[in-house]
Amino acid sequence: MSEQAKKPAKKKVELDPRFVNYRHVWVVVESERGEVHTVSWELLGEGRKLADTLGAQLCGVVICGPGERGAGICAEAFQYGADQCYLMQDEVLADYRNEPYTKALTDLVNTYQPEILMLGATTLGRDLAGSVATTLGTGLVADCTELAVDAETRNLAATRPTFGGSLLCTIMTQRHRPQMATVRPRVMSMPDADAARSGEIIPVPFAMDEQTIVTKVLEFIADDSRDKPNLPFADIIVAGGRGLKNPENFQLVHELARVLGAEVGASRPVVQAGWADLERQVGQSGKTVRPKLYIAVGISGAIQHRVGMDGADVIIAINSDPNAPIFDFAHYGIVGNAMTILPALTDAFKSHLAQARKAG
Amino acid sequence: MHSVVCIKQVPDSAQIRVHPVTNTIMRQGVPAIVNPYDLFALEEALRLKDRFGGTVTVVSMGPPMAEAALRKCLSFGADDAILVSDRAFAGSDTLATSYALSATIRKIMDNMPVDLIFTGKQTIDGDTAQVGPGIAKRLDFQLLTYVSKIVDLDRDKREILVERRAEGGVQLLRTSTPCLITMLEGTNEMRFGDLDDLFRAARYDLKVWDRAAAGIDAVEMIGLKGSPTVVSKVFAPKPRSQRAEIVDTQDHDPKNLAATLLAKVFTQHPKLEQEIAKRAS
Repeated sequence: MSEQAKKPAKKKVELDPRFVNYRHVWVVVESERGEVHTVSWELLGEGRKLADTLGAQLCGVVICGPGERGAGICAEAFQYGADQCYLMQDEVLADYRNEPYTKALTDLVNTYQPEILMLGATTLGRDLAGSVATTLGTGLVADCTELAVDAETRNLAATRPTFGGSLLCTIMTQRHRPQMATVRPRVMSMPDADAARSGEIIPVPFAMDEQTIVTKVLEFIADDSRDKPNLPFADIIVAGGRGLKNPENFQLVHELARVLGAEVGASRPVVQAGWADLERQVGQSGKTVRPKLYIAVGISGAIQHRVGMDGADVIIAINSDPNAPIFDFAHYGIVGNAMTILPALTDAFKSHLAQARKAG
Repeated sequence: MHSVVCIKQVPDSAQIRVHPVTNTIMRQGVPAIVNPYDLFALEEALRLKDRFGGTVTVVSMGPPMAEAALRKCLSFGADDAILVSDRAFAGSDTLATSYALSATIRKIMDNMPVDLIFTGKQTIDGDTAQVGPGIAKRLDFQLLTYVSKIVDLDRDKREILVERRAEGGVQLLRTSTPCLITMLEGTNEMRFGDLDDLFRAARYDLKVWDRAAAGIDAVEMIGLKGSPTVVSKVFAPKPRSQRAEIVDTQDHDPKNLAATLLAKVFTQHPKLEQEIAKRAS
């Protein structure tokens, strides 16, 4: 106690002189064939808050081929909160490749020196972030779920799940700049676009000879997305877990989903057991979702699952174990046998909807 | 044909529990396994060996107990195994880990050139997916992440053709070897090792390299010193201020339970009711 009392009043923190020139918050705006990945807008929403706390600018980084709508992407970035956009367009940047993109982003960072650099934790973002951080010799925190900055020290506190999502940890990169972080799609909420906002485009030339680039893209085979589940953007999800006991019972999840026009989700053990496709896995090692309604059946609610879905507006849990962790963060719960309650719930929704239709 | 496969021993995270009072990980009794994603990398390397002959070397950085994970890989058919283990590595983040592993692989290359390095797409404990890219950059190898298929390998031209999972599609890429491949999950199925390999794995004189043996002089590049990121806090997620409202009825009849739940949810969230009605009509 006495020792604490002796402590001098908090001194003003001096910023490391090496960091003085590192300013502003950057978000890599990821686009593939002119299509922007929405995680970039989510990051701009989050980046806006960080930049405001720091009294800094929020800058988008747009890297793409010359034929693509680079300026159009920048204009969109301004609507989602960016003040400026660095725009790098060149033939060799038309398709994502590690080597030229790493050089492009590393050059930009070394020239304009941001204090924070964020990317989406997508296949592109993870490939690029790891390479750029290694090249720069700086710290990178992957798959963050929460970001905060200290206005005085200008340090980024990046929180992420650890030990397969059992715990959270907060990680700092105090001795290096830029501080890098990746964030998975749908973890941050989508900001509203403000059509009145605009900003400054800073075109930056990029020179790299195609001859010197070792890896060639021979073909791009676009996914046939017609039958693919799109869990991250689903409004209603019915998800099943190990409590359903066997794959036949898992069909009950599909039945409720059909009535609600919902997507089917699954916990990791169920996917590992082969009851559901990998595309449907919700959680730390699967998809992050933000539906309006999430119905979890026979899912205990391990943190590994929770980090993927607790952004849902309304969570209903059905589980036979009254002490299951899912009841700690669900909004509504029924303790009981999923195999009897689930069909009853399906019937209840069905008759409710039939009535609504009659009334409407 | 020489492939190096980097693997990690991880706790089987499905069985990890957090102590409810102290908020610390309860590791006791949690089995250690080969990171499941790494097995896809190992199997792919073994398949190339089946086709072209050559050697598969598995490498792991970790504590002495990680030897068990390497022996597991030997039992699947890997030829050689090296455990890089030193107290000086403790506290390494992804940057420091990729430094130590790249130094180790350089040392391996002194004895036998390496054509391909394989890693899993990520681990199940760290989940960062950054060590593979880090190793590639440090060795100046071409980096191919999320590879779903090795389409062709031309050993004379030193060229490899792969399919890579990208956002919204698959890239068909051609690059030259040596390169580093991170293998996507579900792309192959791990073989059953035969009895000979099982016996050999148990008896194999596995190499254990410390920092010096791995050729690392720069201690400032490894362990806590070599790690730009510092863990400042570990904690269990906060429970929501309110626990779930448990819906129950006197008779516990599923029908009544379902009806009560629906009435409650729709009264408190009328917008949700409209949304569902709209979708169903």
